[in-house]
Amino acid sequence: MARMKFLCDADRCIECNACVTACKNEHEVPWGINRRRVVTINDGLPGERSVSMACMHCTDAPCAAVCPVDCFYTTEDAVVLHSKDTCIGCGYCFYACPFGAPQYPKVGNFGTRGKMDKCTYCAGGPEADMTEAEYVKYGSNRLAEGKLPLCAEMCSTKALLAGDGDIIAEIYKERVVTRGYGSGAWGWRTAYGDAITV
Amino acid sequence: MKNLAQRLLAVLGLVMALAFVAAPAVQAQQVNPTAQAVSEEQLFQALQDDEMVSGRVSIPDDRASGLIKPGNKSWAGTHNGTVRFLTIASIIGAVGMLALFYMVRGRIRIDGKMSGIRILRFTAVERFAHWLMAGSFVVLALTGINLVLGRILILPWLGEGAFSTMTVWGKLAHNYVGPAFMLGLVLSFLVWVSHNIPDKVDAQWIAQGGGLLKKGVHPPAKKFNAGQKIIFWSTTIGGVALSVTGFMLLFPAIAGAQADWQFYQLVHGLVAAGLSFIIIAHIYIGSIGMEGAFDAMGKGDVDLNWAKEHHSMWVDEVQANQAEKITPAKGAQPAE
Repeated sequence: MARMKFLCDADRCIECNACVTACKNEHEVPWGINRRRVVTINDGLPGERSVSMACMHCTDAPCAAVCPVDCFYTTEDAVVLHSKDTCIGCGYCFYACPFGAPQYPKVGNFGTRGKMDKCTYCAGGPEADMTEAEYVKYGSNRLAEGKLPLCAEMCSTKALLAGDGDIIAEIYKERVVTRGYGSGAWGWRTAYGDAITV
Repeated sequence: MKNLAQRLLAVLGLVMALAFVAAPAVQAQQVNPTAQAVSEEQLFQALQDDEMVSGRVSIPDDRASGLIKPGNKSWAGTHNGTVRFLTIASIIGAVGMLALFYMVRGRIRIDGKMSGIRILRFTAVERFAHWLMAGSFVVLALTGINLVLGRILILPWLGEGAFSTMTVWGKLAHNYVGPAFMLGLVLSFLVWVSHNIPDKVDAQWIAQGGGLLKKGVHPPAKKFNAGQKIIFWSTTIGGVALSVTGFMLLFPAIAGAQADWQFYQLVHGLVAAGLSFIIIAHIYIGSIGMEGAFDAMGKGDVDLNWAKEHHSMWVDEVQANQAEKITPAKGAQPAE
């Protein structure tokens, strides 16, 4: 099976936020939650770069490690998913995640956050694939339909890549070699333990 | 013709001048436009321990502006490593040491016989303060330990669904019983602090090992001996630490940034592990570990002979000044 990853080529990202909007729409993500966001570094300065970020589906995911009820699981495609039925809304994963992926429908005191929500890599949840129950809790399951995550699929500049880690790393390397520069595979070192070296 | 030549020369001069001026501009365009581009590597190098790479987002949520915070992984590592290990070590260590102590020393009996004479040791207010704190502590300790170890110990045989339900209730109990513990802590401090100031008698008590290790040895003590004072101050200081950090965990907005919450969480876990060790020992010596000890907090009064052995100076004081606290043995007739 493939080892699915995301890669945002910041030298191509034009901060159009279409990935953010597409994600929200595709999965009917609740108000206040953004499974994907675009962050602009050094905004307004020479050399500013924008990076589209969501759950990176880490190797040895720290969210899964700290979860007191073990509600996370990793699919055969190495996508990190969780069960909202098991989640107790404790907030530990929010503090463990280096990418700010886990979010909660409520910002409540006394631990009343509600069930955690995050990027599913368009792969749904533990319910049967492409069922109503799965859609309501986690959004659509494009992977089960043989499609890749929508954010990357509709990226107008093809800055955001999704797919097997080796393949997208190869595409990125080729780009860097051809154009002569690259600001790096953002988040890879933190999520997968290795950066792409060209 | 001369006019034309002049014009040509002028145009040529202009073109040359333009070319001269424009040349650097053309050169500048050939320079790599990404030379100043920020790179993750460069940002990581500038990053302090608890900082994150962040920028600007168009989403109206400031928290979304953080991009990468590698430090969060080290909190996760410490939580799952050090805190979990010390929690296990604390519980197994306390239970193991007490089991060993019980096997070697056995139950500490009253050397003399029960006199039948009762002496009031703790008033209803003192017992209320103690049991409010003790009851809430046990609930908090069990639900807290469940968050740290339940996944390893209970989840495998309870199953995901049932364990999740149990932990949700445990979380709610932990969050709402906390204030009861804080109240018990304050009450206990107020009623007992005057009896817990360390003094010379304590040094003697500690020098003799509190008489715990040898049968028949009973160093003098006031209302509280040095061991009890240690428990009092550990509970007070540890309890305040747990209350403050627990409050911060309940109100993340007051706690501040992620790193602050993580710090409070680690302190909370470590202090809880340490206090659990002390309290397990306290529960042991106050129940199965010592004959006659439980009465003090159970009924409020203790047998005079027990009191003479363990709190001799306190008994002297009560006999001298507060004789009303002493109840004669049942059936004993007052001397004619």
